[in-house]
Amino acid sequence: MIAHAIFFYTFSIIAVVSAIMVTTSKNTVHSVFFLILDFISISCLFIMIGAEFLGMIMLIVYVGAVAVLFLFVVMMLNVAQQKNQWFAAKDSSKHIPIGLVISTLIFVEIIIVIGGWKYKPDLFDVNNSLSQTSVSNTHSLGQVLYTEYIHVFQISGMILLVAMIGAIVLTFRQRSGVKRQSYIKQISRERAEGVEVLEVQSNKGVKIDD
Amino acid sequence: MEYLNIVFDEVYKILFLLVPVLVSVAMIVWLDRRIWAFVQKRQGPNVVGPFGLLQSLADALKYIFKEMIIPSSSNKVIFILAPIVTMTLALIAWAVIPFSATQVLADINVGILYLFAVSSLGVYGIIMGGWASNSKYPFLGAIRSAAQMVSYEVSIGVIIINVLLCVGSLNLNDIVIAQQNVWFVIPLFPMFVIFFISALAETNRPPFDLPEAEAELVAGYQTEYSGMMYAMFWLGEYANILLMCAMGAILFLGGWLSPIELYPFTLVPGAIWLILKILLLFFLFALVKAIVPRYRYDQLMRLGWKVFLPFSLIWVVLTASYLFYFNLLPSS
Repeated sequence: MIAHAIFFYTFSIIAVVSAIMVTTSKNTVHSVFFLILDFISISCLFIMIGAEFLGMIMLIVYVGAVAVLFLFVVMMLNVAQQKNQWFAAKDSSKHIPIGLVISTLIFVEIIIVIGGWKYKPDLFDVNNSLSQTSVSNTHSLGQVLYTEYIHVFQISGMILLVAMIGAIVLTFRQRSGVKRQSYIKQISRERAEGVEVLEVQSNKGVKIDD
Repeated sequence: MEYLNIVFDEVYKILFLLVPVLVSVAMIVWLDRRIWAFVQKRQGPNVVGPFGLLQSLADALKYIFKEMIIPSSSNKVIFILAPIVTMTLALIAWAVIPFSATQVLADINVGILYLFAVSSLGVYGIIMGGWASNSKYPFLGAIRSAAQMVSYEVSIGVIIINVLLCVGSLNLNDIVIAQQNVWFVIPLFPMFVIFFISALAETNRPPFDLPEAEAELVAGYQTEYSGMMYAMFWLGEYANILLMCAMGAILFLGGWLSPIELYPFTLVPGAIWLILKILLLFFLFALVKAIVPRYRYDQLMRLGWKVFLPFSLIWVVLTASYLFYFNLLPSS
């Protein structure tokens, strides 16, 4: 049990410290790296409580894909400059109220969720038959997800699809004058349509590209 | 005292796994260069030791004694961290590879997801190296490589779903045992081909070695690296290649199972069969490097997103419908 406690506190301290570093570090790329560290330690915590599937999916989705895109954006755009402008001594007071409102909202939400769960555990109808130990974590998740919550699952999928199509439509730009290659056209080109033999009359030449 | 014994036991097991992996990485580099040379009618490294077997050791010695140059304008912490991350990620994935029914360091329930997660983290070593170098070519190489690896991970994930549909478990040993009657390479042959090509792209091997395309980007993300740090990138890359071969062997070629369940074959330990299958896949990797020219970047992206992804998705639907219709879905 002692080893368990040691690992738990190590991962949680890393998670908390890196979460603080995300917001305080000057360099935005460092912030993203701390965010990744945070994700990794949280997925370790997931694995420690036996939710191995969630922990691995967290690693694959958040660290393997989402954070890579974050890094891309932060590295390619000059976010650091903009951030420093925003938080320059003169302007920073404008952003403090908004930040305060959002952070209080999140704080209140967390209090409600944790408080409700702590003092009235039967508030949410938890199906206890699913948390039996004989079935592995992945199996029990799949059994719930594709039977009881199939509609929620599919609706969330549809929302993601709509969001994706929306992002593509918003950023898609039809550019004119771009030459595209068509593989089929290139491969299926015959000699007859590519080359033409002409009689060239003296002093007249040939007209090309008419 | 008892606790210490457990720790020592585990450390001993880990060393017993990692030392052979590191040695075989060195050997595989030699093998790669040798096969490459033979295809091109050259000799390859054949001077140091018998058949040039010790060439990699000589190279490693050279790298150790070279100076490690850290560019003054680089981000030093991340610059040093990048090769360490690459190397570590390439090595920790070996923890779940089963060498026989019992010889596995960590027999976890979600073994295949762990492998997939670790191989998808591999991109960070490259991005960190490219960004921290603070120089144009490494950065371009890193961006290319990140886009490439993220794209091909998607198709590898869908291919893994195909195999998992036939197995009904995420445990690597269960995946191997499920292939006792027929290896998945036979019913899922198109998936095996796509997995092989995606693995080439995922490990930045030719013909998909655009991150380090020397004609355009000098050496991509490793341009600013030298000495031991360069060697670590290099070792990590080859350890990743070996890992991908092992993944292919476990998913499609029956892992540690012997090809024929007959008397003389069943005497050979499973680890030998797994190693032979890994070597077979690596031989194919090396052949592809020697005979195929490099892809153009837009073609690479087109292949990943417009060909492999739809095709493997359709195969998921086909496999699932087939299994469902003939009532073959594995029950837990």
